[in-house]
Amino acid sequence: MKLLSILIAAIFAHNIALRYFLGWCPLVSQSKKLSSAWGMGVAVTLVMTVTSVLNWPIYHYLLVPFGLEYLQYIAFIIVIASSVQVLEMAIERFFPSLYTTMGVFLPLITVNCAILGVSLFMILRDYTFLTGLVYALGSGIGWTVAIISLASIREKLRFAKVPKPLQGPGITMLIAGIMAFAFLGFSGMVGIE
Amino acid sequence: MNNTTEIFVNGLWRDNPVFRQILGLCITLAITNRVVNGVTMGVAVFFVLVASSFIVSVIGEYVPRRVRIPVYMLIIATFVTLVYMFLRAYFTGLSQALGAYVGLIITNCIILGRLESFSSENGPWESVVDAAGISAGFAAALIAMSVVRELLGFGTLFGINVLGSGWTPWVSMILAPGGFLVLGLLVWIERSISPVEEG
Repeated sequence: MKLLSILIAAIFAHNIALRYFLGWCPLVSQSKKLSSAWGMGVAVTLVMTVTSVLNWPIYHYLLVPFGLEYLQYIAFIIVIASSVQVLEMAIERFFPSLYTTMGVFLPLITVNCAILGVSLFMILRDYTFLTGLVYALGSGIGWTVAIISLASIREKLRFAKVPKPLQGPGITMLIAGIMAFAFLGFSGMVGIE
Repeated sequence: MNNTTEIFVNGLWRDNPVFRQILGLCITLAITNRVVNGVTMGVAVFFVLVASSFIVSVIGEYVPRRVRIPVYMLIIATFVTLVYMFLRAYFTGLSQALGAYVGLIITNCIILGRLESFSSENGPWESVVDAAGISAGFAAALIAMSVVRELLGFGTLFGINVLGSGWTPWVSMILAPGGFLVLGLLVWIERSISPVEEG
């Protein structure tokens, strides 16, 4: 039950993109087309889950026993950079068709702050391994929901007459603001603590 | 020396990382609900960017191209760890307010972008000046955002009451939507003043 509420909270009420502002560089640049939004969303969910599964034991069984908590940033970023690399090679080798659609997004993910952010939040909030896993999965899905809704809205806006200086990032931010208002409505539904 | 000023001004205004290149948004949106946070983050990014630009401009040519991104990330992460420990030791309150976002400086695309596109190909002096300009531009954007949000959201500046007790705080300004709306409006203003060339 607790796991389920964490999952729902991570997707809606505590949406990683619209509540904690994480992963906005790709959200702005990759939300022009719905197809690339899907690719990016799936890739982020995958990497987020894999890296938090790896980072949890590294923090609790390697860094904490030796009193090396201050190395967490360096350790996490190594894990993220290398698992993205491995994942890219694995997908290229075993799922070539998937690679052609998703491959271009993978290198971008190393610098996606949502990935590192989820690992850091997981440590900061003292999650157990299972809770951390569910939280990472939920955050990935939540991020995907955000980028897909944003891309759908932007596709509809293509023929609208947006003032020139507001085109692109400006209007995207205003849309995001309105979406954030909508997601604020979920906060009464379920908490994360 | 003319060149130096030009590189600096470029970073501050013409290539402003936030309004112009739309980079580093996570931090820009997340911590700008108080001016103090904006200033602290500006200084932290200034230190990290200048220090890592210097290192990369010196060692850049010895790093094999294939592994350069992980190497850059490690250099950045090292300096961010220093900042984190410094804040924890001397500014505990601020460090708690910024929370995980100090660590997220590592994945700030402004820094990696600058290392990749400028420092790896230029000398130490130009790199440091460029880094200083870019991070001054970033800090300016953070401060502009946080002044608007703190003023409207709390009625204060640096925690000092400015708008008087009759002011009804706009709570949404300090919550998530305010960040997006203020950034959208500031981008709009900036691009109206100096339009983007078609590209």
